[in-house]
Amino acid sequence: MNLTLKVWRQSGPSDKGRMVTYKVEDVSPDMSFLEMLDVLNERLILEGDDPIAFDHDCREGICGMCGMVINGVAHGEQRATTTCQLHMRHFEDGATITIEPWRAAPFPVVKDLVVDRSAFDRIIQAGGFVSVPAGSAPDAHSIPVRKEDADAAFDAATCIGCGACVAACPNGSASLFTAAKITHLSLLPQGQPERLSRAKAMVDQMDAEGFGGCTNTGECTAVCPKGIPLDAIARMNADYLKANAK
Amino acid sequence: MKYTEGPEIRDAKAPSGPIEERWEKRKFSAKLVNPANKRKLNVIVVGTGLAGGSAAATLGELGYNVKSFCYQDSPRRAHSIAAQGGINAAKNYRGDGDSIYRLFYDTVKGGDFRARESNVYRLAQVSVNIIDQAVAQGVPFAREYGGLLDTRSFGGAQVSRTFYARGQTGQQLLLGAYQALERQVAAGTVTMHTRHEMLDVIVSDGRARGVIVRDMVTGEIERHLADAVVLATGGYGNVFFLSTNAKGCNTTAIWRAHERGAYFANPCYTQIHPTCIPVSGEYQSKLTLMSESLRNDGRVWVPLRKNDTRAPGDIPDDERDYYLERIYPAFGNLVPRDIASRAAKNVCDEGRGVGPGGLGVYLDFRDAINRLGRDAVEKKYGNLFEMYERITGENPYDVPMRIYPAVHYTMGGLWVDYDLQSTIPGLFVIGEANFSDHGANRLGASALMQGLADGYFVLPTTIGDYLAAGPFGEVDEAAIAEAELKVRNKIDRLLSVNGTRTPDSFHRELGKLMWDYCGMERTEESLRKALERIPELREEFWQNVKVTGTAEELNQVLERAGRVADFFDLAELMCLDALVRTESCGGHFRAESQDADGEALRDDENFAHVSAWEWGADGPILHKEPLEYEYVKMTQRSYK
Repeated sequence: MNLTLKVWRQSGPSDKGRMVTYKVEDVSPDMSFLEMLDVLNERLILEGDDPIAFDHDCREGICGMCGMVINGVAHGEQRATTTCQLHMRHFEDGATITIEPWRAAPFPVVKDLVVDRSAFDRIIQAGGFVSVPAGSAPDAHSIPVRKEDADAAFDAATCIGCGACVAACPNGSASLFTAAKITHLSLLPQGQPERLSRAKAMVDQMDAEGFGGCTNTGECTAVCPKGIPLDAIARMNADYLKANAK
Repeated sequence: MKYTEGPEIRDAKAPSGPIEERWEKRKFSAKLVNPANKRKLNVIVVGTGLAGGSAAATLGELGYNVKSFCYQDSPRRAHSIAAQGGINAAKNYRGDGDSIYRLFYDTVKGGDFRARESNVYRLAQVSVNIIDQAVAQGVPFAREYGGLLDTRSFGGAQVSRTFYARGQTGQQLLLGAYQALERQVAAGTVTMHTRHEMLDVIVSDGRARGVIVRDMVTGEIERHLADAVVLATGGYGNVFFLSTNAKGCNTTAIWRAHERGAYFANPCYTQIHPTCIPVSGEYQSKLTLMSESLRNDGRVWVPLRKNDTRAPGDIPDDERDYYLERIYPAFGNLVPRDIASRAAKNVCDEGRGVGPGGLGVYLDFRDAINRLGRDAVEKKYGNLFEMYERITGENPYDVPMRIYPAVHYTMGGLWVDYDLQSTIPGLFVIGEANFSDHGANRLGASALMQGLADGYFVLPTTIGDYLAAGPFGEVDEAAIAEAELKVRNKIDRLLSVNGTRTPDSFHRELGKLMWDYCGMERTEESLRKALERIPELREEFWQNVKVTGTAEELNQVLERAGRVADFFDLAELMCLDALVRTESCGGHFRAESQDADGEALRDDENFAHVSAWEWGADGPILHKEPLEYEYVKMTQRSYK
């Protein structure tokens, strides 16, 4: 396959940035999207150009490090798929593909396609945990958990923290990310003692980081590689309201 | 490569007495640090996977002043996250005869009698606390309808002791540790440094007193000082370029610590996983594991004839070779990892491999679908089939999967004593980065157990005994400056070559060489060839590598080049270690040492020891630590 790429290049936070066009030839349909960029980067290095910087690590869809807006869609058009798991067989020969970083004020661009997502870590710091120091835990079977609750908690806990939800949201909201963690912990008995204080602290931190509010457009869940459902946000809002009413 | 032999290691500092009392004894004898003093003690933890994340969190909870470092943009990304299967623990919730002793026994045997009994026993003891801790944190393990935890069985065990969270156990356990870590960041006990890469250890007055790191965003070289340093930087499987490791996994932290005096133990022990998706082309950047559980219902085969290019469905049964069932009638498709991997290599070497390049074998679900129905197969393996289709574009319900072995885990690592302390006082090494508990072969679901045992329970106790003598006062400025200069010189040198080959092209070539000569099967001839070729390739690297950009910016080419440079040096030591160990054991198969049936043949007379290598300016120095088995009788494994 032969492709034309239009890639966002930005040398650093203070650079204005621009789209740059590259031609790539002989792309194999079996390549992953990132392998296609690897091939381009190898060429750029040999030509003495600065290769395109992008974040990636596990390349098997679980670490949450990769993420690009491909043809206007976070992680590309294939549903429930991270950028690293997207393969070139889903593109047409001769196609033009635009590649941009996550765009949201709380995710400033570091370089090219690399953004700073440390705001997510700070949301977790605010309360995304159960306070249980190592060595203090009771026997694992001392509190049974209904299978339905455990399964639903697991579904919410599969969030990989990639930030696609923020990139896709017209408001730049981090509601789906924050709600996924609140839902995971609030469905389990272990998460009950801190349930309301957690919801309040995490939502307040989300706001303090400059993420927008949720207006139920659902773009977040549409691009989420793990398919976190929108009703997590309703659960978060309910807990948040209860916490504020207290 | 020349090497010399140094004195034996006679004392790994495990307490004496009955094995079940040793850890209790050590905990009681360890000196305590009072809470007011803990605040004055600084500890650096490098790496935020299961071991490093849990250690940093726990040390913070105890009140130490902790600095944590990772190269990713968040501590939650560490590659522990990719572990699928589960975590072993001797809970005996099933009442199926499991016990601490049995987990200990299985792990020593699974490691092919090349691990320390005392360490493994402690691991089995602590395993039960890990499950309690994780559940209390809200890790959503699989449960049964009664609300209790579900378990499953795994390779190398006859009991059901593996706890799991669907196919994402590593992710859920890591998020538990990550959340505990972030709680300590909020509490102010841990300072987190993301996008920082450790490039050297500072050793002052014979103690590890800090690290030199590079801020990967600004390029700034920073010095961080402490009273103790903990390395939790993972394994070195990426020396093969293609592996199931994350792209960023590397050996730099442990290798540079090795150059500073930490012994490197059993570098040749690598684990090759039999069921990975095969390489599809020259551009391949990593390999993806398919869960071992597929071998429960899938049948492994290749065509009987060489170079048979027919579609698999067109090959009738009597022209197929179900070679695992043929060679190992008792275990069939469920033989252990090392045996399944080697058998696949053998049939491909005979020219009977399938797919591009002939490096693949079929894993066929046709019979399972006929027997159980498509729906039942989908229920069991649906998500794995989906993942396979996403990567290969082929539908495994219609066409058999193609699989091939891939490098997965490294049992070798920095040598540590019972306290997890390396040969540099104050430098502790935990998780995959150390060598201690898996011997020559790791059993499935044991990596998560070891990482968390080290981080939550073992290290926080043993490091206290060391720190009780601290704070250790001023760090020698000359030692810091020397380490900093060494780091800067290496970076400058990489940038100044300005040759005609990329770091990745060298890495690929090195990886291919290691796979061919020091991979699933090793011979004296192949290892000698590798030892001849590696220095030549390294020489070419330093003459001809091209690194673009500058040191003062985010520069991913520079990062990669530095890691590849260290892989060259490690590769050489791995081949030397493999050459010296003329026996076969676990993941280390020397073709010269096999029985009449082609199975690995240990040489307990000459090799029942740990090979701990000291870095020397005139070549490596080998120190042997004899292994004694008081509790588990040494036997030869058989799976026929």
